[in-house]
Amino acid sequence: MTRESKGLKAYLSAHMRDYGLLFALIAIMAFFQIVTEGTLMRPVNITNLFLQNSYIIIMALGMLIVIVAGHIDLSVGSVMGFIGALAAVMIVNYNIPVAVTIPVCLVLGGLIGAAQGYWVAFWRIPSFIATLAGMLVFRGASLWLLEGQSVGPFPQSFQVLSTGFVSDIFPQTLTSPIAEAVGARNFNLLALSVGAVASMVIIWLGLRGRARAKAYGIEGEPSAFFWGRNVIVLGALMFLTFKLSTFRGLPNVLVTMGILIVIYAFITQNTVIGRRVYALGGNEKAAKLSGIKTERLTFFAFVNMGVLAALAGLIFAARLNTATPKAGFGMELDVIAAVFIGGASMSGGSGKIVGAVVGAFIMGVMNNGMSIVGIGIDYQQMIKGLVLLAAVIFDVYNKQKQG
Amino acid sequence: MSILLEMKDITKEFPGVKALDQVNLKVREGEIHAICGENGAGKSTLMKVLSGVYPVGTYDGEIHYGGALAQFRNLRDSEDQGIVIIHQELALIPELSIAENLFIGNERQSGGVMNWHETFRRTEELLRKVGLTEAPGTIVDRIGVGKQQLVEIAKALAKDVRLLILDEPTAALQENDSRKLLDLMLELKAQGVTCIIISHKLNEVRYVADTVTVIRDGMAVSTLDAKAGFEEDDIVRDMVGRDMSHRYPERTRLAGDLLLEVEGWNVWHPEHTERQVIRDISFNVRAGEVVGIAGLMGSGRTELAMSIFGRSWGRNISGKARLKGSAVDLSSVDRAIKAGLAYVTEDRKSLGLVLDESIKFNTTLAKLEGVSTRGVLDENAETEVAERYRKALGTRTPSVFQKVGNLSGGNQQKVVLGKWLFTGPEVLILDEPTRGIDVGAKYEIYSIINELSAQGKGVVMISSEMPELLGMCDRIYVMNEGAFVGEMPASEASQERIMSLIVTE
Repeated sequence: MTRESKGLKAYLSAHMRDYGLLFALIAIMAFFQIVTEGTLMRPVNITNLFLQNSYIIIMALGMLIVIVAGHIDLSVGSVMGFIGALAAVMIVNYNIPVAVTIPVCLVLGGLIGAAQGYWVAFWRIPSFIATLAGMLVFRGASLWLLEGQSVGPFPQSFQVLSTGFVSDIFPQTLTSPIAEAVGARNFNLLALSVGAVASMVIIWLGLRGRARAKAYGIEGEPSAFFWGRNVIVLGALMFLTFKLSTFRGLPNVLVTMGILIVIYAFITQNTVIGRRVYALGGNEKAAKLSGIKTERLTFFAFVNMGVLAALAGLIFAARLNTATPKAGFGMELDVIAAVFIGGASMSGGSGKIVGAVVGAFIMGVMNNGMSIVGIGIDYQQMIKGLVLLAAVIFDVYNKQKQG
Repeated sequence: MSILLEMKDITKEFPGVKALDQVNLKVREGEIHAICGENGAGKSTLMKVLSGVYPVGTYDGEIHYGGALAQFRNLRDSEDQGIVIIHQELALIPELSIAENLFIGNERQSGGVMNWHETFRRTEELLRKVGLTEAPGTIVDRIGVGKQQLVEIAKALAKDVRLLILDEPTAALQENDSRKLLDLMLELKAQGVTCIIISHKLNEVRYVADTVTVIRDGMAVSTLDAKAGFEEDDIVRDMVGRDMSHRYPERTRLAGDLLLEVEGWNVWHPEHTERQVIRDISFNVRAGEVVGIAGLMGSGRTELAMSIFGRSWGRNISGKARLKGSAVDLSSVDRAIKAGLAYVTEDRKSLGLVLDESIKFNTTLAKLEGVSTRGVLDENAETEVAERYRKALGTRTPSVFQKVGNLSGGNQQKVVLGKWLFTGPEVLILDEPTRGIDVGAKYEIYSIINELSAQGKGVVMISSEMPELLGMCDRIYVMNEGAFVGEMPASEASQERIMSLIVTE
């Protein structure tokens, strides 16, 4: 074996998890693309996929931080349902303007997170118990608030939160010839342009990182891997945005979600506060003796989770155009599963935003694909359970192999 | 005496490393055989090969035990033949009773139903053998570490042990507990049990061992007959491969101005609130001075240090602290760090490091603002800082991206030191800075301490090893039961004088 191929092999085995996750997602997408006879990748379904999974992904961002900090939040599904119910009651029953309702709901979400985080952080109540209590409380609270009834529909100004699309900024004269060329009714050039710009930014950041690493003599990702990975990721990105542009363009939710993903990835990887969360989860006592205010950090992880759960609640309610007492039931488990499929460790201290997002998409594509194929909800649950188990086993196996 | 165990040309390779290279070891029936070597020399690997943790076939070479070729596939196989290992970290379950612990996996039972009567009877017998008078139903958590170690040995005896292997059994023990344990080893020897003891402590080796084998870099470099007598320095030289006649590096001693002054320090226990753990302690450190705190384990040294360092231990803390003559706020860890204090913990694995993270991550953790602007980390600056301290401290590692969990004890300690040096402290409190690290790395840590004092920093050194304090310090405070019972210049100190202060007060 040449030195180079040995290096590649060593690199691959050390980063098996990262690549494995990405390839798993691609494989699952390819599989369902075939068995659904192309339905999976139709523009309308891709749009749907994003809409369906946005609230899971948004909550997974907060959940990742909570789990990295060494805790868990079982209440997010209920909180999401409760905030949706509150928004419905405020807007539909009391005619409170949307512009007032949304901030109130987000702040309340934060307060709910604070109430739970307070016990976990400062009283050292195990988060499993504190948030289990929260789950029951807010389940009940939603029922009470809605008096057991569904409340809706919402005004258009609220619905756009979830079902709206970003309108094209390019003139018709420019876009209609393209639409004709690709055989679509219309073409949203903005969506494709955003995809192209995002691709360029990703490449630029990647290259810059590599150049810096090289300047410091750090042996990073082998270039074959770097380019291979980027070609696949960017190819997928361009493909998806192209598909979206042949439908109605970028959904508002996708934009919100995309911005949040970037912000949270940045916070966790590149900021002092993110670093401290990993230290807290990795070894709380050592973090504390390094001058990190671990209690406060834990507290804010839950506050943040509450705000994101509230946002997810608003998006969910807007999408269904109604608030139901059962909204969000069991959703916390999907969120937690996404984070663990994404490679986070139960004991805290490890896991990445990108992993959690990919994990959520793996679950989402499977849900969507299986529904299209017509697999019953019974089998769907079982299959999803096994996928979660397989992902975690894969993790443990990899760790053991590395010793 | 016949040969009980012979390991022939044992070679064990891990990907990229040869952990053992044609090691030969002969242990005679009924002797106590000491194995000495630096951390990472291969002692534990050799014992794992012997006990079947690394099954036959994963290593080269042969093991002959009791006159026959031994091919152990797992721990069970070797235990069936009477080989029992007692590891450094105790394997007792703290919540269970002594009796339950003794017979775990080896229960006195019939048809799956516990025979408690028999269990307790046998436990009493075994406890008597190891010199314990505790009731068999005592919860293990309630007895001290020293006694727990004896319970471990009783557990080995419950398995009809023929060859007992003790991996650094006294690492966590105080002097008198260690002595008890060593005496027990001699007693077992008299009863015909063969022992292998892995130890760093040469005075203990001298006390119990019949034969000493020194392992260095995966090779057995020498075997000495201990009864014929040996010089400790000989073994040390064999262990590190260089002359170690100066175990403590020379330092020019210059005590400057007063740096840290602590006055009337009182601390109560965080849970047992009526218990006062630190009583009215006053001390000071000057620039360029190394001040030692001697005392037995449990005398409150760590509690004193941690309560000063941002009140990270204890309750109702009172007392004054001054830095360079003016009052200083040490009420939280980050304030203490900003004031110029650093505390290097005695327990680096659970209090000092994030083991799953890299050297880089750990080095910058206590001063992230030093590698960030407006809350955004500069990865390159971090790498540079980590690299700087790696070089300055001589941390042996392929790169600063290595997980600290993969490093040896000495290198981990250097990472902890680097982390605290990066905070730019005026005063460093070093709590057992050389615990569990090998002789060569100890010397390097001592050199670092000397360098710090040469830079005008004040060093407070807490240690259970009195020779270390005598060799390193300018001044020594003696602590007992939460109070300082004496203070003396190191030049006038001796182990006897310190010990007598502790015993008589």
